Amino acid sequence: MAVLDIVNLRLYYKTLRGTVRAVERVSYRVEPGEALGIVGESGCGKTSMANAIMRTLPSNVEVYDGHVIVDGHDVVRMSEEEVRRKIRWRKVSMVFQGAMNALNPVIRVGLQVAEPLIIHEGMDKREALEIAREKLKLVGLPPEVSDRYPHELSGGMKQRVVIAMALVMNPKLVILDEPTSALDVSIQAQIMNLLKKLKREMGLSMIFITHDIALASDLSDRIAVMYAGQVVEIGSAEQVLLEPKHPYTQKLLAATPRLRADITPEFIPGAPPDLASPPQGCRFHPRCPYVMDRCRREEPPDFEVDGGRYVKCWLYGEEG
Amino acid sequence: MTDLLRLQDIKVYFRSRAGLFKTVEVKAVDGVSLSLGRGETLALVGESGCGKTTLARTSLRLIRPTSGRIIFDGADITHLPESELKWFRRKAQAIFQDPYSSIDPFMTVKQILEEPLILHKIGSREERMEMIARALEDVKLTPVEEFMGKYPHMLSGGQRQRVVIARALILRPEYIAADEPVSMIDASSRAEILYLMKELQERYGVGFLYITHDIATARHFSDRIAVMYLGKIVEMAEPRELIENPLHPYTQALIEAVPEPDPNNRFRERKVIPGEPPSPINPPPGCKFHPRCPYVMDRCRTEEPQLQEIKKGHLVACHLY
Repeated sequence: MAVLDIVNLRLYYKTLRGTVRAVERVSYRVEPGEALGIVGESGCGKTSMANAIMRTLPSNVEVYDGHVIVDGHDVVRMSEEEVRRKIRWRKVSMVFQGAMNALNPVIRVGLQVAEPLIIHEGMDKREALEIAREKLKLVGLPPEVSDRYPHELSGGMKQRVVIAMALVMNPKLVILDEPTSALDVSIQAQIMNLLKKLKREMGLSMIFITHDIALASDLSDRIAVMYAGQVVEIGSAEQVLLEPKHPYTQKLLAATPRLRADITPEFIPGAPPDLASPPQGCRFHPRCPYVMDRCRREEPPDFEVDGGRYVKCWLYGEEG
Repeated sequence: MTDLLRLQDIKVYFRSRAGLFKTVEVKAVDGVSLSLGRGETLALVGESGCGKTTLARTSLRLIRPTSGRIIFDGADITHLPESELKWFRRKAQAIFQDPYSSIDPFMTVKQILEEPLILHKIGSREERMEMIARALEDVKLTPVEEFMGKYPHMLSGGQRQRVVIARALILRPEYIAADEPVSMIDASSRAEILYLMKELQERYGVGFLYITHDIATARHFSDRIAVMYLGKIVEMAEPRELIENPLHPYTQALIEAVPEPDPNNRFRERKVIPGEPPSPINPPPGCKFHPRCPYVMDRCRTEEPQLQEIKKGHLVACHLY
């Protein structure tokens, strides 16, 4: 059974500029032990989608529907209390973007890691701290870090603490939102190695959110590419990276500067649309080099292209 | 041909407060020499805290170095008072990282671009309008009339950065220090801004100091790359040579850490250097990289290696060579 099954998820916000359609009918599954990379540029809805799974939503939500099935429960239809008791942190946890800089500066990190055990499991403090130290060890930190305050730790160590926090209640799925964006590349590589180890040794499922498709390839078994609130292509890492089908995926890969090759990077003219007034038809059509009449009028459905890969593009309509 | 800009053994030390009465010395830049030719792009690559931004600001004389000399167009400007620097302020310009904070939100695009011209008393009103129109065309913000009246909040991040580039170019500078000019721009537009800078550089023959943490863009958009670690240049060469034959263990680790979009990446672990860069307040003795270096020798712990040319055009500071 899938660890997470998302069907037709929509999330709209109410703003002064009108309704912002941040997540528009997104569907996908995450299987046990699998890492799914979610790749997209800023404002494409990737963080909104993560918040929709965790139900950590702001107050200006206008539409929140579809299904988010975790362990037989539909998070969209549960009460807040139920989500808190049954799902959040216990089944699905999240490493929020910039969380390493949101640690409480006046509480020792061990206690911050142990806190959910004390609150949710009613454990006593000593027992909870023991588990916290185990989790810190798991993420490569010596046990004495437990007694340190956040300001005594380096950036890479703080990021490890935040990952330990997400693991403390043994969830099946961890959502990682840009877990390395605040770190230097050499520290980023250390954290990516840690995530690979956790995936391999604990059989953990992961959703890895990043703007960097090259970094996504470092961890992801499957990759979903988001554009303007929608998943435009999803498939295995091999399918998406080696034979990208959606014009946006192709262009995004071509725009990624290669360190080890003389292929000069390209760019996509124009900018992503405002999600308060997305273009009619395919949302990528104003920037697409292959645009056809139909793309301007009608939104493409998800076409299945060579087994298990879905592409939201009319180019693949006729052959399908 | 003389170099456009020469930095000679630049040291920049700051005093930083430590507690109520004590101060400590931060060695942000600790003995850097480099030169930049006319129309050349030199990429300065390094991780946060390595001193690359301090070095760029020093090259613009926004900071006076603790010691060393800044030679621009053959003139020593290290200690010139601000009143004698006006010619330099016209010839040297900056592009900063954040296009959201480096332009005044209450000024229109036209006012932003006109300000440097007014300050330097250039042209009549009509001539200035022409120069602004040409600058906007240069950075492809057209139709020009439409963009002149816009305020920054009406522009996207990429468009703002074009305004910043236009402002830097409008005085026809000979030198531009660009500090992470695309790190806040989306991946799909990043190359567009870099190509634009390159095109304008070729058209106007500007020398660029391109400060970045991203060695991949440095490969494609620079003539030479210098790698900095903890206030020092540890290696310098042409991009292809540096990336294909990195000599310094730090450069090797930096390159190894950068992923390419390859589905096989997930099956292997990256060779990483342990630890994090030490603090520039209390740098290690000898080679500053030695505590993290996989090839450390006794000599590295006591004696600091000097930057020297190993192959033609390839300099490295490491006792291995």
